[in-house]
Amino acid sequence: MIDVSGLRKVYRDRGREVTAVECVDLHVREGEIFGVLGQSGAGKSTLLRCVNLLERPTEGTVTVAGQELTALGEAQLRRARQRIGMIHQHFALLSSRTVAGNVAFPLEVMGLGKAERARRVAELLELVGLADKARVHPAQLSGGQKQRVGIARALAGNPSVLLSDEATSALDPGTTQSILALLKRLNRELGLTILLITHEMNVVKTICDSVAIMRDGRIEESGTIPELLARPGSRLAAELFPLPAPEPGHVTITFTGQADEPVVSQVVRKFDVDVNILGGALEEVAGVSSGRLRLRLTGQERAAALTYLAERGLLVEESR
Amino acid sequence: MTWDEMGQLLWENTGQTAQMVVWSTLFTVLLGLPLGVALVVTDRGGLFPSWTLNRVLALIVNIGRSLPFIILMIAVIPLTRLIMGTSLGTAATVVPLTLGAAPFFARLVETALREVGGDKVQAAHAMGASRMTIVGKVLLPEAMPGLVAGLTVTVVALISYSAMAGTIGGGGLGDLAIRYGYQRFETTLMVATVVVLIVIVQLVQTLGDTVARRIARN
Repeated sequence: MIDVSGLRKVYRDRGREVTAVECVDLHVREGEIFGVLGQSGAGKSTLLRCVNLLERPTEGTVTVAGQELTALGEAQLRRARQRIGMIHQHFALLSSRTVAGNVAFPLEVMGLGKAERARRVAELLELVGLADKARVHPAQLSGGQKQRVGIARALAGNPSVLLSDEATSALDPGTTQSILALLKRLNRELGLTILLITHEMNVVKTICDSVAIMRDGRIEESGTIPELLARPGSRLAAELFPLPAPEPGHVTITFTGQADEPVVSQVVRKFDVDVNILGGALEEVAGVSSGRLRLRLTGQERAAALTYLAERGLLVEESR
Repeated sequence: MTWDEMGQLLWENTGQTAQMVVWSTLFTVLLGLPLGVALVVTDRGGLFPSWTLNRVLALIVNIGRSLPFIILMIAVIPLTRLIMGTSLGTAATVVPLTLGAAPFFARLVETALREVGGDKVQAAHAMGASRMTIVGKVLLPEAMPGLVAGLTVTVVALISYSAMAGTIGGGGLGDLAIRYGYQRFETTLMVATVVVLIVIVQLVQTLGDTVARRIARN
């Protein structure tokens, strides 16, 4: 649904060149929630703004819903953007307009008539649960309500794609969860493809199907969450399940969905090994409980025990 | 001088001041608002970036702003004659008043527009709005409280300028103060003129504040 290839963005600032994004390829499938995770300054915001060409890439192409945006002229690009929703960290609502007026704005841009606008605004506000706030000004709303208005506004043009620029970063934890739940619902009910950027692991593990980890303008790893967790040396796993630095001989096992199986006790019973649990972390990721254990295995049949664990579908990493 | 005569004089001259201020305010907005918008949108990173145009406009505005009004007023007399056919009378003062206040107002417009968050402009871009739509539906409405406050300051400045215009034949309260207060030592009339001016400025400021607050509250 979104294809970014060979993306590079260089800023020129008083003669100096600053590379914000380099060699980025991104492939977001239809109907998935794709998260780009990274610290501030990693270039994820630039990447997102390149997707709807708020920033024009220095190199590379961007294709959204089959349309190559980087090949379009200004007027065509404007029309294409009307079909790409975007929500913002600080909501970016117009304080001179009511809630209904804000949601009507993109409809005015699209040139819809007054009656049709009113009908569509009512529909959208109903969808985000703010039907009773239509005539209120944004200043009188809470952060979570403001973001709901932002979401309603972003959906005005029936977009197939929603871009989310740190949409929950300015919200408290409880409100964040309710906005994430709303995004998930819209994703399921409308088949909306969502590309979001965030620095919060919580966002990734709550709603994302796929994730790309970004650092210094490059994507370090990307894929579906189960794929990444099953990949040795995964940064996602390391960040999702923080464990102390391993010493030589330590074994780290990562599991997704097999948390119910008593693998450790099975290993101890089947093989002549002793197991020391040094650390562990467990998380609900995309609705599946996943986790990591740091173990010290000693004994005659250590190698056989490790093979057994790997055969059970666990990712086994040995530190040297 | 009787109270009746004085009242008559005050009434007539207040009317002339009001005429000068109302007309010059109108033309100041017509000239200064587009100028202020142009200063913002032609700037680097603006909607219609054009460095050269931006510098030229800034230079024009700065020239207008650097001349004390009393000098500007005399300097533009030939232009006033060209436009109005005369440099005397209430109507003729509208030319120097507008030229004096428009650059001032343009700067205030510029400041008010720069207060509008870049994220709102970016959001409008993301929705596919054209640049003209962004000026008309985002920048100007969002800056409205600041624009009204700027206009209020400008009107008060115009009242002050109009009094100066009175000294070179423009009529109005300034003319009254010079002819009666300064040249004929009519202290009572002088005091009355001052009081009328204070009342007018108070009214304008209060009205402006109220309107700005009402818009901003939304």
